[in-house]
Amino acid sequence: MINTMYRTEERVISWFAGISKKVSGRHFLISIPFIWIFLFFICPCLILIEISLSESIIASPPYTPIVEWLSGHMLQIRMNLENYMVLFTDEMYIRGFITSVLIAGVSTVCCLLIGFPMAYAIARASEHYRRILLMLVVLPFWTSFLIRVYAWMMLLSPSGFINTLLMKFHLIEAPLPLINNSFAACIGIIYAYLPFMIFPLYNAIEKIDYSLLEAAYDLGSSPMTAFFSIVMPLSAPGIYAGSALVFVPAIGEFVIPELLGGSQTLTIGRLVWNEFFGSMSWPTAAALSIVLLVFVVFPIVFIQRCRETKFLSNNIE
Amino acid sequence: MHFRWSRAILFLGYLFLYFPLVCVVIYSFNESRLLATWTRFSMKWYKTLLSDPIILRAIWTSVKIACLSATVSVILGTIAAIIIVRFTGFRWKPLFVGAITAPLVMPEVVMGLSLLMLFVGLERVFGWSADSGSTTIVIAHITLTLSYVTVLVQARLHDMDKSIEEAALDLGASPLKVFFVITLPMISPSLILGWLLAFALSLDDVVIASFVAGAGATTLPMIVFSSLRFGLSPEINALATILMALLSVGVIISAVLLYKRKM
Repeated sequence: MINTMYRTEERVISWFAGISKKVSGRHFLISIPFIWIFLFFICPCLILIEISLSESIIASPPYTPIVEWLSGHMLQIRMNLENYMVLFTDEMYIRGFITSVLIAGVSTVCCLLIGFPMAYAIARASEHYRRILLMLVVLPFWTSFLIRVYAWMMLLSPSGFINTLLMKFHLIEAPLPLINNSFAACIGIIYAYLPFMIFPLYNAIEKIDYSLLEAAYDLGSSPMTAFFSIVMPLSAPGIYAGSALVFVPAIGEFVIPELLGGSQTLTIGRLVWNEFFGSMSWPTAAALSIVLLVFVVFPIVFIQRCRETKFLSNNIE
Repeated sequence: MHFRWSRAILFLGYLFLYFPLVCVVIYSFNESRLLATWTRFSMKWYKTLLSDPIILRAIWTSVKIACLSATVSVILGTIAAIIIVRFTGFRWKPLFVGAITAPLVMPEVVMGLSLLMLFVGLERVFGWSADSGSTTIVIAHITLTLSYVTVLVQARLHDMDKSIEEAALDLGASPLKVFFVITLPMISPSLILGWLLAFALSLDDVVIASFVAGAGATTLPMIVFSSLRFGLSPEINALATILMALLSVGVIISAVLLYKRKM
């Protein structure tokens, strides 16, 4: 017994010695950001998984440990799948997922419908104006996110700008219910994430060789046909990239649905927040986060990655 | 025909982007508490805003957090970018790249929640108090902004002409000297941009900060957010206008600097 322990110790020491021989300035350099990311990104994710598998109790912290030493010599691992079961059976969570997907989807499509003509117009502007026009697209992005949401609260609220204006001209009798619904949440998301759509689209459209379009016109194609058979396919990488860039943050969005969506628009982001701050149910909040990551965020990012690598390799060939 | 169309589209697009912000600015000078009615021009809300000690303290806290996290983030991000672009053939590189860029797609609520759970866990195991003011927010913001900075610097390093570095190395300069004398000045525009982006992101974040903030650390976005939950308030208009004015000054200065550089 003692002998084996001694041997293990020896092995550990020699292993450390081997490492320190190999460790150079290079390894040291790699380790700095890596340790940071490991500590503050990978570890939290692992803890999140752990807590999502534990039971909710009334204590501090409000969950049971899943790995426990029982009377000193038994290791007990209890995994509680209840939190996940609830998410797939309780109507509130299912509806939350549907609401989030719908809002994010509608906003992405609207961003595309607004962003595409804008990106196209910018890409076809003269070289001198392009920079200024692009800068004007990003500029609102540098103002505070909350202020941009607030601006829409001001415009849409019952006593806000739009309703007051319409009432003044007697176009409507009572204020329109513009705020505190999913419509307002969509507008907020479109407004906040439009630059993320325009930039990839611009990058794709700018590369299109316009002589192709001229050739199509010369051969008698209508502008519509030319657009759908040349511009659309060639800007596809931009469309996919932009859609992913809008859809992914939109689906987990908390602030916009909270401020513009009213109490009815319960998105996943708001459910996570409410579970955590309202019901103090950490395991449920953790399980919701994991489901959001695994079923929504990871697949989209993965598909987009694959498409990009495929696109790059096609281009190189 | 085509030209006119594109002009109309651009006009409508920029109207959509700027009209809400212009409204915010205009109504910050409205004397009435009710936003609907314009009574008369007044600077009242600016006075109330700038004499509010809670808001002033929150601004100071936010700026401190943003400066600190942006600086650390630029240092770590530059190292990470150099590793990604220049270090070939180390086995864990895909994992490294994946882990560094993952916060870009992480929903804010998930990131805030997971970091808080880490801090609570640390407190339980090591007795390290997560309630130590704004330290937790700084750590969270560095993690959040690190990926943005890394991507920016990495792009710049990719485009950089490698031959200058190689020449210096051939002539006997040490790698460290090459880095400080050649690489660093060449990538400095992206470092400045990365710092500004990290600063803006940190100054803007409300979700992650709300999760991880310790006792007594209240950032500006947290205050703005909680007052917005109770409805509209003209003080927020005044605050927004001041922030936008500062932003425009910054943009003008950088535009002038860029213009001079080109001359």
